[in-house]
Amino acid sequence: MTSFEIWDVHTHLTGVPGSTPEERLPRLLEYADRMGIAKLCVFLGFGRQYDPTPDQLRQHNDEVLRAVRRCPDRTFGFVYLNPKHTQASLDELNRCVRDGPMVGVKLWVAQHCNEPTLDPIVARATELKAVVLQHTWLKITGNLPGESTPMDVAELAARHPRATIICAHTGGDWERGIRAIRPHPNVYADIDGGDPTSGYTEMAVRELGAERVLYGSDAGGRSFASQLAKVLGADIPNSAKRLVLAENTKRILKPILREKGINV
Amino acid sequence: MNPEPSRRDFLKTAAVAAGAVLLRNAAAAKPAEGLIDTNVYLSHWPLRRLPCDETAKLVTKLRANGVTQAWAGSFDALLYRDIATANARLAEECRRHGGGLLVPFGSVNPKLPDWEDDLRRCAEQHRMPGIRLHPNYHGYKLEDPDFAKLLRLAAKRGLLVQMAFIMEDRRMMHPLLQVEPPSLKPLADVVKKTPGLRLELLNCKVPPLDLLKTGDVCVEIAMLEGVGGVSKLLAQAPTECVLFGSYAPMFYFESASLKLKESPLNEEQLRAVRCANAQRLLA
Amino acid sequence: MKFEIWDVHTHLAGVPGATPEERLERLLEYADRVGIARLCVMMGMKWNYDPTPEFMRQSNDEVMRAVKRFPDRAFGFVYLNPKHTQASLDELNRCVRDGPMVGVKLWVALHCNDARLDPIVERATELKTVVTQHCWLKITGNLPGESTPMDLAELAARHPKATFSCIHTGGDWERGIRAIRPYPNIYADINGGDPTAGITEMAVRELGAERVLYGSDAGGRSFSSQLAKVLGANIPDSAKRLILAENTKRILQPILRAKGIKL
Repeated sequence: MTSFEIWDVHTHLTGVPGSTPEERLPRLLEYADRMGIAKLCVFLGFGRQYDPTPDQLRQHNDEVLRAVRRCPDRTFGFVYLNPKHTQASLDELNRCVRDGPMVGVKLWVAQHCNEPTLDPIVARATELKAVVLQHTWLKITGNLPGESTPMDVAELAARHPRATIICAHTGGDWERGIRAIRPHPNVYADIDGGDPTSGYTEMAVRELGAERVLYGSDAGGRSFASQLAKVLGADIPNSAKRLVLAENTKRILKPILREKGINV
Repeated sequence: MNPEPSRRDFLKTAAVAAGAVLLRNAAAAKPAEGLIDTNVYLSHWPLRRLPCDETAKLVTKLRANGVTQAWAGSFDALLYRDIATANARLAEECRRHGGGLLVPFGSVNPKLPDWEDDLRRCAEQHRMPGIRLHPNYHGYKLEDPDFAKLLRLAAKRGLLVQMAFIMEDRRMMHPLLQVEPPSLKPLADVVKKTPGLRLELLNCKVPPLDLLKTGDVCVEIAMLEGVGGVSKLLAQAPTECVLFGSYAPMFYFESASLKLKESPLNEEQLRAVRCANAQRLLA
Repeated sequence: MKFEIWDVHTHLAGVPGATPEERLERLLEYADRVGIARLCVMMGMKWNYDPTPEFMRQSNDEVMRAVKRFPDRAFGFVYLNPKHTQASLDELNRCVRDGPMVGVKLWVALHCNDARLDPIVERATELKTVVTQHCWLKITGNLPGESTPMDLAELAARHPKATFSCIHTGGDWERGIRAIRPYPNIYADINGGDPTAGITEMAVRELGAERVLYGSDAGGRSFSSQLAKVLGANIPDSAKRLILAENTKRILQPILRAKGIKL
């Protein structure tokens, strides 16, 4: 396992003890160390609001900024936005990305991402060279009211061909999710979060190409182990594993990191 | 982020408990002898082909990862009415492949007519050490008297009983094959009324700690999640109740093996989870 | 065909003809094309789920007329309705004791584990006749009086000296075979459902070849699809021989002997 560099594109300040962000992130990194993970992308603070107000958004992002400040060489933060609050979201983009250390956008379940309210946000993120990571799922049990699907991501990506969009969880139902995003080369499959069902990464690599697949964990809710297994256990060449485990994430973050004077 | 609410609560409590005993030494402990995987499946999952779903390939994969014994059920058992065939085929596959690596655990569906004969065949004809139950695919709840009778007869025959709680994430089930996991609430009572029962729960995302603490029930780790999930579980449940299980080939085998690396475990815990607990259950 | 074939379950259906005699003649033409020697025929030209005594008598009259025309090719089974005990017992006397019929047909009037079947089964057994009971297991829902193999198992347990045939083996044969397995006096009549591969192999494996009977449910079903269940099965020729004729001959022998009919 130590033969691969690993960047985790999707983690949270959960599953570890600590009453402050500064306490939690180092604990998460202890587990990451055990698994040989070099860098974590972190987002969402302590709250669990599906549809945060602008104040709540700012609190989330403040918490992540504090955590990342504690461990700057190991972590990057993504700014949590709510497309229902366009101005507040644009302000947060400026505060946390343009003027702060954050390098990506996290969108969760407030609103389906094919809504036009996302357009100014994605346009601005793209100007700032930030990747846009959108939670997606396809639940036979029924999605949350504002919960996006990979099909929604595909629609958004078609409207923003120059944006870099990450389909988080690849829709959960990855056999459908992979197909939905396949025609849009600016959409990446973040394979984190669901069960480590075998065949997942093989199909993603086969259908999208290894360059479009990103390792993430959804830790600390998920284990690093089960999510790394999706790549380390996959029947794909080592060159593909290398891309999935770190090189792809490094490549899509490079433009913004370079802007911020960070060498990768 | 997508954890279910109940698992989140479990993780929150566990994180606090485990934080107190988190070992700072990240060096790997010396590996214990043997690795018994108590949760593998043979034959074909009905909804797609899986890498390593051919027995020979699975055996190769398990061996390459240091598995010395694997308890194997069959995907056929989920839906076949002629479950006797499924069990016979399972026994034969285990005999033909792996040179003793695979140990068959046939399935019994207590809602089929004359199901007692399937139990008899598993024990007497196929000489299986245990059976593996799939209540949600077989259409019964755990308060069903046939389930209680099945456990009693199995215990009487000295058979270890495994019960698969779920086979796939509820949220992504095929629309025509939506199968609710059973409520575990009645289980405590049934277990109490079945002296001599040895029961292992498979594919439990949220292990029932109350049941584990009584010592009558074990779990394996295939679907256990959260960072450091295994050490967190061991902080709350008796060490002898936690077993190694991968749910290969449905899951990447590495998911389970990496969990033993992710969690800081001492030698005694590693040995217990890797093989000692399983050996004791089979003895 | 190298096997002798007796079909334990046919009807005067699926063929043209204004009279029972005409219909049986046309049915036998098809039977000849596929080498079937004997047919057991039951129920008349019109069918009723819950026949009155009069309807029963008319049905049985029609079958007896047909069989009278072709005594060397066909046997009749008497159609009874257990809701009408006395009428059924009378029909047993009329058609079996005093007539040419050699078996009993029960359909969907009443679940066969009902106590009202007991006097009928007892009398049929006294007369050395096999009791054939329609059974099905429908996920779509059985008819109100439609028996399952589990019902038949209960009845057979109460009458260990009777000989029963589980018609259609319950349709859902994977469950039906298991349900009748513990009762050696129940035969599996594999007629009527689709020719799904594996049915006969499982029946032979679980019940033994001696307990499996070939029937067709012709003319609603084809002879072909039902013969295929045996001729296409992965079982030895000796098993096929038993299923295609020898088992049926064996269970009919007592009554045929009583009637002085040599095989």
